[in-house]
Amino acid sequence: MALKLRHDEVMNFDLRPSGKGWMDTKPEFSKGTYCFSGVRKHVEYLEQPNPREWQPYDDDWKLPERWEETIIKGFEDRLSRFRSFKLFMDICVRCGACSDKCHYFIGSGDPKNMPVLRAELMRSVYRKRFTAAGKILGRLVGARDIDEAVLKEWFYYFYQCTECRRCSVFCPYGIDTAEITMIGRELLNMVGLNINWIIEPASNCFRTGNHLGIQPHTFKDNIEFAVDEIESITGIRVNPTINRRGAEVLFIIPSADIFADPHIFTFYGYLTLFHEIGLDYTFSAYASEGGNFGLFFSHEMVKRLNAKIYAEAKRLGVKYIIGGECGHMWRVMHQYMDTMNGPAETKGDPVSSITGTRFDHARATKMVHICEFTSDLIHHKKLNLDPSRNDAYRVTFHDSCNPARAMGMLEEPRIVIKSSCNNFFEMPENTIREQTFCCGSGSGLGTDENLEMRMRGGLPRANAVKHVHDRHGVNMLSCICAIDKATLPALMDYWVGGVEVCGVHELLGNALMMKGEKERTVNLRGEELAAKEKSNA
Amino acid sequence: MGLTLSLLLVGALALVAYALSGNMPAVFGIWVPYAASTLFLVGMVYRVIDWARSPVPFRITTTCGQAKSLPWIRSEPLESPSGLISVLGRMFLEVLFFRSLFRNSKADVHGGPKLVYGSSKWLWIFAMLFHWSFLVTFIRHLRFFTEPVPFLVTLAHSLDGIFEIGVPALYITNALILLALSCLLVRRIIVPHLRYISLLTDYLPLIMLFGIVLSGVIMRYFVKTDVVAAKKLIMSLLVFSPAIPDGLGAAFYIHLFLVCVFFALFPVTKLSHMAGVFLSPTRNLANTNRVKRHINPWNAPVKVHTYEEWEDEFSDRLKAAGYQLERD
Ligand code: SF4
Ligand code: SF4
Repeated sequence: MALKLRHDEVMNFDLRPSGKGWMDTKPEFSKGTYCFSGVRKHVEYLEQPNPREWQPYDDDWKLPERWEETIIKGFEDRLSRFRSFKLFMDICVRCGACSDKCHYFIGSGDPKNMPVLRAELMRSVYRKRFTAAGKILGRLVGARDIDEAVLKEWFYYFYQCTECRRCSVFCPYGIDTAEITMIGRELLNMVGLNINWIIEPASNCFRTGNHLGIQPHTFKDNIEFAVDEIESITGIRVNPTINRRGAEVLFIIPSADIFADPHIFTFYGYLTLFHEIGLDYTFSAYASEGGNFGLFFSHEMVKRLNAKIYAEAKRLGVKYIIGGECGHMWRVMHQYMDTMNGPAETKGDPVSSITGTRFDHARATKMVHICEFTSDLIHHKKLNLDPSRNDAYRVTFHDSCNPARAMGMLEEPRIVIKSSCNNFFEMPENTIREQTFCCGSGSGLGTDENLEMRMRGGLPRANAVKHVHDRHGVNMLSCICAIDKATLPALMDYWVGGVEVCGVHELLGNALMMKGEKERTVNLRGEELAAKEKSNA
Repeated sequence: MGLTLSLLLVGALALVAYALSGNMPAVFGIWVPYAASTLFLVGMVYRVIDWARSPVPFRITTTCGQAKSLPWIRSEPLESPSGLISVLGRMFLEVLFFRSLFRNSKADVHGGPKLVYGSSKWLWIFAMLFHWSFLVTFIRHLRFFTEPVPFLVTLAHSLDGIFEIGVPALYITNALILLALSCLLVRRIIVPHLRYISLLTDYLPLIMLFGIVLSGVIMRYFVKTDVVAAKKLIMSLLVFSPAIPDGLGAAFYIHLFLVCVFFALFPVTKLSHMAGVFLSPTRNLANTNRVKRHINPWNAPVKVHTYEEWEDEFSDRLKAAGYQLERD
């Protein structure tokens, strides 16, 4: 899947809005800028409101009777349940500091993609319905009532926000438009407005345990396939287990890791690492997904899908949990899981049996990020690494939004990368760490039909990669997120060219010198290592 | 439109005070100030209580730096606080020095396309200038509200006039606040995306402040208001035995009236950000999510797909694939 539009056709805008006021313009549902609606059977399976056949490009969205009331009641309810939401409705001063911080605005020039206006879409209705000034003075104070056109506008722009929180970093009051989008999507869902790329994975996950709907026997087959591959590359047969009671560690990954390309190479990395250090761990086929697409449409669904993790940790009697490379999964694990489904009932504390390190910063949730776990091994020199095996790669690192802005995990992945390869180059400082730019396809927007918007939203990220590609010959974009791995390759092909995408633990797996391994002639991707020493001499 | 209307509104308010204060000084000198103070105090307290009534169900800190994790990794406590002290530090920087605004940058798209991010500290500079001048001015005014005047207030007053330019001495903050207000206003008018998002309620406070500062300046340097009389009035209001002294001219009433309207508007406009900034969950929560359990008061049970249901649903496949089952 590639976008047919030429670069100059995409860049046909100016970042300076002009013309009619924003209340007088309405979005056009043109191909490539929105996602298809939730498929009925999945909406029904999850028992979500108003299942029906409809599409965003239809004129008639088949809204339920008295939908306005539902929305306003839902609005009121959330004002009383989320201080963030209530406060963010009141205190924005429209200073504009957030305006050009959003990748969708930078890539589309659409003024309603400025975080401040995205929030005003809801704030205007808030003023009309919940403030005296808005009720009396109306438009004069930026108030307007909800109607079908406004609802469609919400749908359009709340599905053009990847909940990346970059705007929140720059706002003097910390107003987090992602929070507003999340609640906006929750309201939309109450009247049956959702998108299939979110509903289907959520429904699959609820039923089978993972987004892709992989059933337990296939889950096992895929892991065995990986074991065979690893054996042919390293000569070592690793021995992962599934649903094993009494293991020390439950290992949770985003399910794409055992299925998709290039995720699977990261998966090889995990398995070789765990084998090498002799970690006593198990997968779960019931909790075979760390990702949580519930996050992209309702707090309730986050909790429903996430419940499996602690339930399984308890059933299997593990000591603690390690989580793989995934961005939004870690938003949930770090900021929601313990509150929603805790306290964790594990048989022990998060302590690395290899280094003895007690992961005190995870003592309540009992869940450690694999980059934390691995950087601890590296710090204690428990791994034998030959970074020259990655010499064919000139690597940069994309901070995924959630680990960066919701966990504050910036150094750990860098420690792993720098120990695993010789050629590492940072992108410009306005585009990394807490200021990192989204891949443009997060929060459930990574579908093919939404490709134009994804390429637009991904432009700032791609542009920064292009900078290091041109300057340092960077050809490998590493990251710690399954959505990134799924969507960055298309973004790189469109805007940059000649840059591949990998997980951090793929680099580690390449560099890892395992006891008793045969001489490696290929890397985890099966590519020849032959000229590696000289290639960068 | 918002701009014109703001000008008209503020003009009208000044005119009302100018035209009527002579005939009804009690209204402008006593009732309006009482009403405005009540609206401000009650309104702000109500606002804050109302915000606080909604719980913080999740700990949603926005982390702007390395979290405290492994002991040998350097963390940035002021960007990703790990406890009360660092939260206080973060809030201190945010409230007094606008830390987040200091980060501001400006994105430009050049041909190619090539994106360029320039440093853009203007907004931060204007905002700092404005808020600090406002604060000093406010403190300076406390000399009308206190007897004896506390040392800090006298200090602010004399420092502010330290250059001793003109008689009476020009206040530095008079000049700075006018400069800052002009910059903030011009910015709103000439930067296209700001103009696009601006509402009446964004222009109005700026124009009102202009009116307030200008009437204050006129009073001090041009029509010479009797400051002793002004203090007498204010002190009488404070002890609830209001009496209108002689010698307060129209300029004083215009100033006072605009100040009253301005403060009365605080609770119902964006000016409430003054209190709101303290309550923002993305800034005032420590990033201790995995250390301590955060409690959500409305955490309701939800429908889940239990392990047993899952095992039953897939039991054939599980058996065929050699899984160990709970219900064998
Ligand atoms: S930075 Fe914050 S206060 Fe300023 S316009 Fe954006 S959301 Fe509003
Ligand atoms: S959260 Fe990200 S995508 Fe959403 S408005 Fe803010 S910057 Fe844009």
